[in-house]
Amino acid sequence: MAEFLQFLFSGLTVGAIYALIALGFSLIYNASHLINFAQGEFVMIGGMATVFLAAAGIGLPLAALAAVLIAVAVAVAIERLGIAPAKGASAVGLIIITIGASILIRGLAGIVWDRNFHSLPAISGEKPLVILGATLLPQSLWIFGATAVIALLLWFFFARTLWGKAMMATAYNPLAAQLVGIDIRRVVMLSFALAGGLGALAGVLITPLAPTHFQVGVMLGLKGFAAAIVGGLGSGAGAIVGGLVIGIAEAMAAGYLASAYKDAVAFVIILLFLVLWPNGLFGLRGIERV
Amino acid sequence: MRRLLRSHYGGLGILILVILLMPFAFPNSFYFDVAINVGIAAIVCVGLNLLIGYAGQISLGHAGFFGIGAYASAILTSSHGWPPLLALLAGILISGLIAFVVARPILALKGHYLAMATLGLGVIISIILSQEVDLTGGPDGMPVDSLTVLGIEIASPQAWYWLVGGALVLVTWLALNLVDSPIGRALRAVHSSEIAARVCGVDTTSYKVLVFVVSAVVASLAGSLFAHFSGWLTPDEADFLRSIQFVTMVVLGGMASIFGAIVGAALLTALPQFLTVFQNYEHVMLGLVMVLTMIFLPRGLVPTLALRLLGERR
Repeated sequence: MAEFLQFLFSGLTVGAIYALIALGFSLIYNASHLINFAQGEFVMIGGMATVFLAAAGIGLPLAALAAVLIAVAVAVAIERLGIAPAKGASAVGLIIITIGASILIRGLAGIVWDRNFHSLPAISGEKPLVILGATLLPQSLWIFGATAVIALLLWFFFARTLWGKAMMATAYNPLAAQLVGIDIRRVVMLSFALAGGLGALAGVLITPLAPTHFQVGVMLGLKGFAAAIVGGLGSGAGAIVGGLVIGIAEAMAAGYLASAYKDAVAFVIILLFLVLWPNGLFGLRGIERV
Repeated sequence: MRRLLRSHYGGLGILILVILLMPFAFPNSFYFDVAINVGIAAIVCVGLNLLIGYAGQISLGHAGFFGIGAYASAILTSSHGWPPLLALLAGILISGLIAFVVARPILALKGHYLAMATLGLGVIISIILSQEVDLTGGPDGMPVDSLTVLGIEIASPQAWYWLVGGALVLVTWLALNLVDSPIGRALRAVHSSEIAARVCGVDTTSYKVLVFVVSAVVASLAGSLFAHFSGWLTPDEADFLRSIQFVTMVVLGGMASIFGAIVGAALLTALPQFLTVFQNYEHVMLGLVMVLTMIFLPRGLVPTLALRLLGERR
């Protein structure tokens, strides 16, 4: 029982991180029907920028904030410099652009910062809480809390604010949204900015538990995408549930089956979902037009 | 001249000529080395281009098949003493079988979903290759015996050059035939509009499966050659970044242009070898090339240049 609980805690912790990344995928997908393969790099930027700004003598909270802002700026730059000029590119073309952007960002991070592993101190220390024989790090609680707060804020944003409603309208029907005066360009930019911020926040929160590195974004991004697919692309609740499902499945597989194949779990789940339930748990049935 | 360039087989003639003449311009064996690596990548790209450029189906996991071919050759020859040709065929069989089994469900997906599914497949293969340490030597890699064909050991760079060059010509010739056949036309119909193709009676699924298997088999062949040529194999050869490199070569050279795929492979393989300043900036350059090509040359180098030179509108 204690063992199971231990695996569950670690699964929920990484799952919450995957959920934040998956939310970014869904936000961008809703606004522009685009999969941003550079999503994982925002996570890397969040961790690496915080580490290096803190090392430069800026206080940790300020460094984290600045890191999030850097990721937001990078996200908007990807949209402005990469996506917007390629108007009318095919789905394959856009996939290649975002993958190219992610490789570019990774390369720059390896040059501007370095190629070593770095960690951050946990927000409220390393002393674990013991619950029914299993230990839970305070950092995990911060991660759960942050993810819950973000989920609430996003819900409020989409349900109660004009900008949020404009984004929803664009997701449902871009042309109709444009006709009622919604500036789609800004909606897409906003979705990238939000996705960049969420990814960087995930990076800041996970770095005390899992050291960051200039290539850490690849796997985190792909797993976040897996979470978005499991939950149903474009669904906010789906992204969070999908993240937790992938996180828990991964932790259980690592604990009970073979830890060497931990990283493969998310991809096996993706393949199963793509083949059997491509719309995910919460996704709307896609209708294809000729 | 124009007609020659326009016809596919004229292109094949030019390719053969380039392969025959190039060695005379090589000052040392380093150039042979680079040319062999270009040839191996080009073989993969010619196959992959059938899938991406002609059938319009993306794959972000073809390094997985490259890896299966490479490791089949490495493991079967070095650990089990199989003759290299038999091991190469075994690799082709394994890759083809895996591709055939997964093709139907995976190719029913479109766009992003297909990209993700092929990516997942490739990542799973590369994780298996790096985790099965007893079999593959794990992340540190494993040694591979040299290649012997009909009792002759292929050892010198020159011998490798002619072998890989011959394989490239063969694969290119097969690809050209495929493109010019009813299968090729069906594939292009699938690319333009799958539903319209189906309405016209094209069995789109079978064609997509066929081309997926063909491209996987070709990648596996190239992987086997690479394993013997390099003599040391690591799972990096099968990972996600390698898959991306293959796709980038196809896109840079020109989708739906067989010679474009070869040019793309040549540029992206040879440039980092010659410009050592690239070393640290390899990722940055690769990323930039991908983004800039898609924005400014969405059709790729060769089709764009052909359009300029020949003033041809298709």
